[in-house]
Amino acid sequence: MIELRQVNKVFNRGKANQVNAVNGVDLRIAGNEFLVIVGSNGSGKTTLLNLVAGSILPSSGTISINSTDVTKLPEYQRSEWIARVFQNPLSGTAPDLSIIDNFRLAAIRTQAKGLNIGVNTKFKNTVKEKIATLGMGLENKTEQLMGTLSGGQRQALTLLMSVMDTCQVLLLDEPTAALDPRSADIVMKTAERLVDEFGLTAILVTHNLKDAFTYGNRIIQMAEGKIIKDLAQKEKSALKQNDLFDWFG
Amino acid sequence: MDFYLATLIQGLCFSAIALGIYISMKIFNIPDITTDGSYTLGGVITAKLLMAHQPIYIVLPAVIAAGAAAGALTGIIHTKLKINALLAGILVMYALYSINLSIMGRSNIPLTNVSTLFSLISFAADPNKNTFFVLIGFVAVIALLIGFLLKTDFGIAMRATGNSESMIRALGVNTDRMKIIGLALANALTALSGFLITQFQSYADINMGIGIVITGLGSVIIAEAFVNWFRITSVWLSLALVLFGAIIFQFVIAFSLSIGISPTLLKLVTAVFVLLIVGLPRLSFRNSS
Ligand SMILES: Nc1ncnc2c1ncn2[C@@H]1O[C@H](COP(=O)(O)OP(=O)(O)O)[C@@H](O)[C@H]1O
Ligand SMILES: [Mg+2]
Repeated sequence: MIELRQVNKVFNRGKANQVNAVNGVDLRIAGNEFLVIVGSNGSGKTTLLNLVAGSILPSSGTISINSTDVTKLPEYQRSEWIARVFQNPLSGTAPDLSIIDNFRLAAIRTQAKGLNIGVNTKFKNTVKEKIATLGMGLENKTEQLMGTLSGGQRQALTLLMSVMDTCQVLLLDEPTAALDPRSADIVMKTAERLVDEFGLTAILVTHNLKDAFTYGNRIIQMAEGKIIKDLAQKEKSALKQNDLFDWFG
Repeated sequence: MDFYLATLIQGLCFSAIALGIYISMKIFNIPDITTDGSYTLGGVITAKLLMAHQPIYIVLPAVIAAGAAAGALTGIIHTKLKINALLAGILVMYALYSINLSIMGRSNIPLTNVSTLFSLISFAADPNKNTFFVLIGFVAVIALLIGFLLKTDFGIAMRATGNSESMIRALGVNTDRMKIIGLALANALTALSGFLITQFQSYADINMGIGIVITGLGSVIIAEAFVNWFRITSVWLSLALVLFGAIIFQFVIAFSLSIGISPTLLKLVTAVFVLLIVGLPRLSFRNSS
């Protein structure tokens, strides 16, 4: 469970360009929730995810994950619980490393990176099997550099990488925004499959109406750093795509 | 001494610095000017300890530790005080000048009547040939160690730190710590070049490190040209090319001198040469696109 209490994030405090990117947010996300966040550009969605992940620390308020207060923990320590897919496919992978090396790092996300050679035949075969489940034909390209792949391929692999090691929370920041429709579909279906299979708590930020409608069991809308709508499973499933259309309007 | 042999020996001595710059520049994307100071530091400590008749098995770890400390200091200033890496390196390099001078007590120490790494083991009767063989072994061991390191989980995490910081933080790596370790490693290697050159030339000098970072950069840039050309992805091949780059670089300098370019102009010629290898591929790409 993730709990945010009275969380604020102010950028450039005291300057002319001060922004209250996240403004007094109270949010409890239960272990079995797949939360969808919608809201216009600049409403604070990415900042909220960054606060949960620890890539930025809040100006005030507290954040806890599974009852552990993580407010002051840096991102690399929160990675014990959290895996993440970034808005930009380039941010979630290392382009100059091979696919297999990228997977190796993901496979030891919560462990020490020691002086042993972890990329062995057994590991390579495990990774190949997992990549084959995507049906993108990437399983025979594991020695290639990550940077040679398309955004969609990289985003799909990032998703698989999230569950290489134990993981409880999956953060998805507009994972399909930069992708063509077919890759986007593969990525979202894979995300849903992994969330189910591993019983993850998931947060999905999206601008895609259809995705917001199709995925998740709770939806919130943000505006100017605040949560202005919050619908649980029952209300969400009663929504029609047109209602959502008005939200986005 | 034979022109080719002398140049080869120089190249091998500088290959440690080239490996150091490969780590700071190519792996971490940090232009590390500490290099000038840590190279001299390595030379100064070598000269001082050898003249005090300390054995190599004391001198070598001392040189590595001193170089690592200098690099770690730059890393700490850069990551903890959030000071630009270039400036952090310049500050440490500048401070090291005084430290080196204090250690030496004067500006130059000649090595007289001491046994060096090169006289320790005997492969060949001719001392220069012997130096060459010892160096081959020494550099091979270093390159193998670095290559192995880069293949380990730790090494992959290191390579990812310079490549995609956002990713590697999300994968549980303390990037500040990683950069400090990386710069320590790079400067330990640089100090090793100082250690080798001092024994080869039989003296250490306070000014021996001025501009030496260019030697490392030039070597790495030559290696990079081949890496891009042949689209090399293997860590081992890249390391081999860095060593090759260090040797080529020395040959270019030796060749310039041998065709009568005045030593006064040598640094200018070297700078132009480095500029050419960096600049030429870009110019030709622009024309072809
Ligand atoms: N690192 C930053 N420094 C300054 N302002 C920022 C920073 N990150 C985000 N902001 C500002 O905070 C607001 C919310 O941004 P963001 O969370 O990225 O919005 P969203 O993801 O909903 O589009 C925006 O006004 C943005 O300009
Ligand atoms: Mg965003």
